[in-house]
Amino acid sequence: MAAKSSYGVGSMYVPPRKARLVLRDGAVFEGALFGASRAAAGEVVFNTGMVGYPEAITDPSYFGQILALTYPLVGNYGVPSFERDEFGIPRWFESERIQVRGLVVSSYQGEYHHWNAERSLGDWLAREGVPGLFGVDTRALALHLRERGTVPGKIVVDGEPEPAWYDPAAENVVRLVSTREPRTYGAGGPRIALLDCGVKNNIIRCLLRRGASVQVLPWDSDLSSADFDALVLSNGPGDPEMCAEAARGVRALLGGPRPIFGICLGCQLLGLAAGGRTFKLPFGHRGQNQPVLEAATGRWAITSQNHGYALDPASLPEGWEVWFTNGNDGTVEGIRLAGTPHRAVQFHPEAVCGPVDTGYLFDELLADLRGRRD
Amino acid sequence: MRVLLLGSGGLTIGQAGEFDYSGSQAIKALKEEGVGVVLVNPNIATIQTSEGLADRVYFLPLTPHFVGEVIAREKPDGILLGFGGQTALNCGVELHRQGLLERHGCRVLGTPVETVVATEDRELFARRLAELGVPMPKSEAVRTRAEAREAAERIGYPVLVRAAYTLGGLGSGVAKDARALDELAAAALAVSGQLLIERALAGWKEIEYEVLRDRADNCITVCNMENLDPLGIHTGESIVVAPSQTLSNDEYHELRRTAVRTIRSLGVVGECNIQFAVDPRSGEYVAIEVNARLSRSSALASKATGYPLAFVAAKLAIGKLLSEVKNPVTGATSACFEPALDYVVVKVPRWDLGKFRHAERRLGTAMKSVGEVMGIGRSFEEALQKAVRMVSPGLEGLTGFDAGDSDLEVELREPTDRRLLMLAAALEAGWSVERVGELTGIDPWFLHRIQNIVRIERLLDEYALDGLPAGLLREAKRAGFSDAGIGRTVRPPRPAEEVRARRKAEAITPVVKQIDTTAGEFPARTNYLYLTYHGDRSDALDRRAKDAASTVIVLGSGAYRIGSSVEFDWCCVGCIQSLARLGHRTAIVNHNPETVSTDYDVADRLYFEELSVERLLDICELESPLGVVVSMGGQTPNNLALPLARAGVPILGTPPEAIDRAEDRHKFSALLDRLGVDQPRWREAASPDEALAFAREVGYPVLVRPSYVLSGAAMNAAYRDEDLTAFLARAAKVSPEHPVVVSEFVGGAKEIEVDAVARGGEVVAYSLAEHVEFAGVHSGDSVIAIPAQQVFVETVRRIKRITRQIAAGLRITGPFNLQFLARENRIRVIECNLRASRSFPFASKVLRLDFADLATRAMMGAPVEDLSRSMFELDYVGVKAPQFSFARIAGADPVLGMEMASTGEVACFGDDLLEAFLKSLLSVGYRIPEKGVLLSTGTLEEKTKLLPAVRRFAELGLKLYATGGTATFLAAAGIHAEPVAWPLDAAPSTALDLIASGAVDLVLNIPKSIEPDELTNDYLIRRQAVDRGVGLLVNAETAALFAQALARYPLAALKVRAWDEYK
Repeated sequence: MAAKSSYGVGSMYVPPRKARLVLRDGAVFEGALFGASRAAAGEVVFNTGMVGYPEAITDPSYFGQILALTYPLVGNYGVPSFERDEFGIPRWFESERIQVRGLVVSSYQGEYHHWNAERSLGDWLAREGVPGLFGVDTRALALHLRERGTVPGKIVVDGEPEPAWYDPAAENVVRLVSTREPRTYGAGGPRIALLDCGVKNNIIRCLLRRGASVQVLPWDSDLSSADFDALVLSNGPGDPEMCAEAARGVRALLGGPRPIFGICLGCQLLGLAAGGRTFKLPFGHRGQNQPVLEAATGRWAITSQNHGYALDPASLPEGWEVWFTNGNDGTVEGIRLAGTPHRAVQFHPEAVCGPVDTGYLFDELLADLRGRRD
Repeated sequence: MRVLLLGSGGLTIGQAGEFDYSGSQAIKALKEEGVGVVLVNPNIATIQTSEGLADRVYFLPLTPHFVGEVIAREKPDGILLGFGGQTALNCGVELHRQGLLERHGCRVLGTPVETVVATEDRELFARRLAELGVPMPKSEAVRTRAEAREAAERIGYPVLVRAAYTLGGLGSGVAKDARALDELAAAALAVSGQLLIERALAGWKEIEYEVLRDRADNCITVCNMENLDPLGIHTGESIVVAPSQTLSNDEYHELRRTAVRTIRSLGVVGECNIQFAVDPRSGEYVAIEVNARLSRSSALASKATGYPLAFVAAKLAIGKLLSEVKNPVTGATSACFEPALDYVVVKVPRWDLGKFRHAERRLGTAMKSVGEVMGIGRSFEEALQKAVRMVSPGLEGLTGFDAGDSDLEVELREPTDRRLLMLAAALEAGWSVERVGELTGIDPWFLHRIQNIVRIERLLDEYALDGLPAGLLREAKRAGFSDAGIGRTVRPPRPAEEVRARRKAEAITPVVKQIDTTAGEFPARTNYLYLTYHGDRSDALDRRAKDAASTVIVLGSGAYRIGSSVEFDWCCVGCIQSLARLGHRTAIVNHNPETVSTDYDVADRLYFEELSVERLLDICELESPLGVVVSMGGQTPNNLALPLARAGVPILGTPPEAIDRAEDRHKFSALLDRLGVDQPRWREAASPDEALAFAREVGYPVLVRPSYVLSGAAMNAAYRDEDLTAFLARAAKVSPEHPVVVSEFVGGAKEIEVDAVARGGEVVAYSLAEHVEFAGVHSGDSVIAIPAQQVFVETVRRIKRITRQIAAGLRITGPFNLQFLARENRIRVIECNLRASRSFPFASKVLRLDFADLATRAMMGAPVEDLSRSMFELDYVGVKAPQFSFARIAGADPVLGMEMASTGEVACFGDDLLEAFLKSLLSVGYRIPEKGVLLSTGTLEEKTKLLPAVRRFAELGLKLYATGGTATFLAAAGIHAEPVAWPLDAAPSTALDLIASGAVDLVLNIPKSIEPDELTNDYLIRRQAVDRGVGLLVNAETAALFAQALARYPLAALKVRAWDEYK
């Protein structure tokens, strides 16, 4: 039969290259490859956000994980360039590289369009050596993870050796994503030390935009000798109890006059520093629609979240109070030490990706710091 | 606490079934809180006006006069204005202005009136947003044409002209130059005192957010939606996708932030919609509009997400907090969250422009569509192709459309109701995405997806069905191709059944997924389902509810369109409720987001799906139902009866063969002959010559139409050979396979309609209604009275007898509808539908006899009391009147004929025919004339007939104006009427100027002749009346009754009484 195609598509059907997601609990999800043509292993988690794949997959909190997106169309608006903003931070990404071990989607959209797009998602993944799997029943996968809990998994490609299982909870992954050397951003204004456990770029940007200068410190820095007006504990991957060392450094500062503000993993570290305990959530909170309640005001906010662990409120010592709680499952979404400027939130006030309702927390931190200076 | 809820009245373009849905949800939400609800809504076909919902219902016009009287009588504590569209809002704002609400201590609940005014008054709105620093398009509010010109000069052409305080973009348009602006401004100033002249943002994306805010300032966005069409096409005319597809995280959340900030600042309490335009070249955006009420978009958002917006909005209005309202879908979490979707929905509007003579088909900033469908899928292609089939049941998908000799470039640049098919046609013709994108302004992402459909179609075309690779077959199903569509494309073509068999052999079958608002994050009790090929496994469905073996599937009505509307949703909902009472597990299949039947709490299972044989077989395989009800959703499901039965699906009620016998002209005719029942003469003509010969034999006029008819679709009257020839050439390629039916027209006959329920061929209940207009006006456009007022006892007796005979002859079990002509005691049958009819809710509510329930019980074999003997002992009359939307269809000729043209209906009660009739007419927008009447009263016969009416108008003190012949005729009868020149006369001032001057508030134009000039003259007068918002009557019987009613009932004499007071 004669070929009738007119735009470069072959006249016969060419099947895509098959691959599958295998979970350690035995479940298998069929799909096909895009991005890098290789196998990968990691902890399989799902995120329910409907936008923001470039930001999500560069979020260091996803380090060591295979991320499944429940929104079925991914890649629509392509991937922007690595241009840097006025602070020298990549404008469109949350770190310098893709952090996920693999990306799992239902429909991959290779034909993208957006004013700031530079390449397709598939090209980018290929360039960074990260495999993508499409054609997967991501809803079935999400329901499976919801019922059975987060589990290690691997993307297996026919004709490629199967990788070993990888569980990021089994090692200190913060060590792998934290900066090696201190870095300084901005000048003047309140001086903020940012303990980098895998910090998202927008946390740095949120502080800088509000007039602070930021020193990004390695996760295991000796805080007792550092000179700063406030300490921010960043987000990051893995089991918080794996980086107890960082928590110990924070502990020494508790009760002091300087503000401490934790975000996500930083919230768990502050809780650990206070003497509390964390536990692993069955399948975590990853999405952009999580309601949180501020206990004192009765006000609700919609937040962006990405965490697999939570603080046990019963483990918090005297004086610590639950600042925010999750509207869906009642877990701790923020803590503070009464009468002190020590506080932390489990959600992401810096958003990106996600809603920006709680950006005011940065305003409050900076206002507090300015108040102290005056 | 007791509140007054205002409905939206008769369905019109721009204000349709979505308000039955939002009002019904509000009532349920309020009752759950123990709040008493009084409802004013003359739309008798709605579910919200049914028994068991509101505590009290008033079928009265939604005007300040009547609503004010209801408030004085009922003394409600509060009033809800946000659930009845623009009609309710405008009425409420007016009552507030008059101080009436305050006088009666009636608080406006939810969003304060000040906020409503700040969003409706364009100037105020612009000022508020400027204060907030929210970017707005450059715009100026003007009140005259001269001001409009000046503003446009300052802003720069092209400009967008918008009228304040109107619904559905009425009076809006884009002007490229001063002349176009002048025309638009003149038209828009006729409907609104204030216009907004705005920078036209051609090619910008249009994005909407649905926002909820409670009294404690908690604020969430429930859904965002993106229009496939760029700005410049009304969102009601646009193909809409949820969630947005082409926005990045930064864009999505910046718009969300602005939405929340704006709504907080405006002080909305409840639900609200905000629209943005986004520049695709830079992401720059502006806010365009805020609707501080439930809207069509909010109904769509509810169905798109599963989040019951109207239900929650009603709770917020009475002071609840978001966090205090449960998310009914999960049953566990609260309403204070934002739904996450793991699917995509595509809304496609349904137009019926083909039904209007002279209608302008191009789409623009004013809404013309009459309904919509929503396709759900896990890819855009899947959802889109579903929606295409849903909206046009004749199509198999997007591809394969024959654009004929249309100029594709023009079609793309100036989109019409066929633009989706034209897009695909251009891409099929090999046009590049870039070129199509430039011509249409549609984001290339969407065009790439459509191109993907074209690509797959091409690939299918390369294979025989046997040799089709399984991977390609799966890909085609994932891209939304139907079995029939695939079968049509492979070489050689194969029937759908073979594709289905091949598919099943390859284990390519759809899976069921739930819509759970949380993308699977939490277990949901949801029963809201769709089917997709993007999946390996179905969600575990809730099997707790009742015995699965008792499952009955009810087929819904599909898209609202002219001839099939909310009345069939009423029938479906009534049927489901009745089935539930009988202990059955129920499932509904429907895809119309404006309906109550697709609300989450109506059926045990909701399949938001196609009403096609393929999809229904899939669903029946999943459900193994006891049976399927095809007779409650109008003609769409009725047409599926026979093919479903042939595929082995059990059909409940009247056997499908009997349905076929009623639908097939030959079989039905043979039955009538056998029963000795009279019918107009007819012939099925396989060629034009045959048709002409028959027409000459019976004499003109004749009626022509194809077989299998929905609401007179393509039915036409031919007055002479030329008409018939033209019709045959235009409408149908007449052939032995596609014959047309030509039938004799019986003029001057009374039309009588019977709605009935039978069981095993025995009539158990019926209603007999009389049309005010003589035969010749489509039954859907007629004014109808129950009980019949002027019918001979003998006629009634004979009609009853015929009804029984037909019920027995066809072994009817379930609902049916018969239409009769009666002239000089000769009775002829003209229609027989073995399904529920448009007038079921009307008959049920007037007679207080639930026909949907009775029909369901009859179909299920449950006991039904024989009520057919004890009816019509009524001390009151119910009159149903059609609601037209001619004002919205530019150019359309507002005449009544064989084609149904009304978009909705109302019905009111009265002590006698005249009172009920007048209330009904006031409910559909007529006003009591106070100044003058322009008369052109048709033929001599009709002029004579209307003489008493004209005298009444004169006695009422109305100044009479008349065109040539009519003025002369009246003068001879001793009535003075000011002569007025015809529009085409070379006179300094014509009838058009008279209407424009505002000197007349009623135009009576009875079409008379079929001469082209006269037609044009009459057309121009009718159109002018519609365009200027002046009441127009085009039928002699209605006009006569109107005059009589006006003479008998001044406004104050019309009783304000609730439905329950008519016993």
